[in-house]
Amino acid sequence: MNTGQHISHKFDEEVDEVMSSVLSMGGLVLQQIEAAITALISCDKALADVVIDNDVRVNTMDVKIDEMCNRIIVMRQPTATDLRLIMAIIKTTNDLERMGDEAKRIARQAIDISQRAVNMPERFNSIEQMAARVKDMLNRCLDAFARKDIEEALSVINYDRKVDKDYENLTRQQITYMMEDPRKIHESLDLMWSARALERIGDRTCNICEYIIYLVKGKDVRHIHIDELEALVE
Amino acid sequence: MINMMEVQGLTFTYSGAPEPSLNNIMLPIEKNKVTALIGPSGCGKSTLLRAMNRIHDLYPGHHYEGAINLLNSDEQAYTDILGLKKEAEMIRLRQRVGMIFQKPTPFPMTVAENIAYGLRLTGVKKRIEVQEVIEKSLKDAALWNEVKNRLNDDARGLSGGQQQRLCIARAIALKPEVILFDEPTSALDPISTLAIEEMISVLREKYSICIVTHNMQQAARISDYTGFMYLGEMIEFDQTDTIFMKPSVKQTEDYISGRFG
Repeated sequence: MNTGQHISHKFDEEVDEVMSSVLSMGGLVLQQIEAAITALISCDKALADVVIDNDVRVNTMDVKIDEMCNRIIVMRQPTATDLRLIMAIIKTTNDLERMGDEAKRIARQAIDISQRAVNMPERFNSIEQMAARVKDMLNRCLDAFARKDIEEALSVINYDRKVDKDYENLTRQQITYMMEDPRKIHESLDLMWSARALERIGDRTCNICEYIIYLVKGKDVRHIHIDELEALVE
Repeated sequence: MINMMEVQGLTFTYSGAPEPSLNNIMLPIEKNKVTALIGPSGCGKSTLLRAMNRIHDLYPGHHYEGAINLLNSDEQAYTDILGLKKEAEMIRLRQRVGMIFQKPTPFPMTVAENIAYGLRLTGVKKRIEVQEVIEKSLKDAALWNEVKNRLNDDARGLSGGQQQRLCIARAIALKPEVILFDEPTSALDPISTLAIEEMISVLREKYSICIVTHNMQQAARISDYTGFMYLGEMIEFDQTDTIFMKPSVKQTEDYISGRFG
């Protein structure tokens, strides 16, 4: 992993700038997810509207970072670690943008639920826990990206199993609710869509962790078994 | 996979120099592939290249250790070219291992004569035969269409890029097996550079090529293998993709990503 200074200071500055833009974009996406979940749980339509409006900010950053990367490729022809960093950033930005879309999806479900004015606080417990885990994953993932910490990245990938388990439990729970009271099937479906969105965010967070490992180790680790991945990181 | 040449443990000291300029260099030149040598100025790339057809020995007193094996024409065995002594053997060697220099070096004669000159030295005398070779070499060097109506003009009237391709045609005319390029495009504009690069990728089908270049993107574009040299040592040699995407030695990575020093 090359962290030494580039002969051209401008190059280092450009890379730092694009890197900090990615991290800000990640922070923004994290906020969006947080707000969307709060809107869902508190049936807050106004907050959900804010999330939907703010998605354009995520999209704008996506476009801006792509442009910055294009410029670096054209002007600098990066190689080795520099090249992998730019590739990792382009892919990460794409995943972050899609996570932003998932947050917007949750906000839409929040509006749907809020308009029905149903009170079902007990149903929100499990999605709240799942959301907390996903936010934690993304937070740790962004931190690992900033520090190029592959052990942390691997630990986040492993942690995703818990989110998958949460999703499974939530689905089972909602099916029970639906069977108990078919009048509330609509609400359960809204929750399941939201949980599905969270589960996708978890998967996309894992993608970013894989790019971090690719960046540091120079090996593409997508689509390989977790045991092989662990061996590589060790 | 056949190696056309194999540099094995070559240590080279210039005449009168206290220290060797190359230390224990290992380098295979695979048949019909392009091998690039990169590294900062003074690292020994050109010295290594010039050892590979013993062009150093135009001046006496240099000291070689190790071996540079060249595959015999029957492809059965190798000959260590460092063992060659007779003048005739040297001429034959430089015919088999041709060299293109940084600056185009056309002879002060016509375009056709530039090519015919070397041919006559090797005993090709028949006019028809000479003309055939001239045409074929110029076609292989992607120059024929530009000069077919100027064959009797002074070669020094051609553009820099054309002169360089003429030098390549001149080398090809002697049917070499290996062609050594010493920064062939560093004196050329970007379009002429691309024309030479394109030609090298075609020449590879018939010849084995070794190229020294300061332009790393050029090495990345046209070569199959790349060797990174520093202070007379071969620091890393691998497939070009590996060198430019995931080199294993830190010095290589520092150099190709612009962090050297």
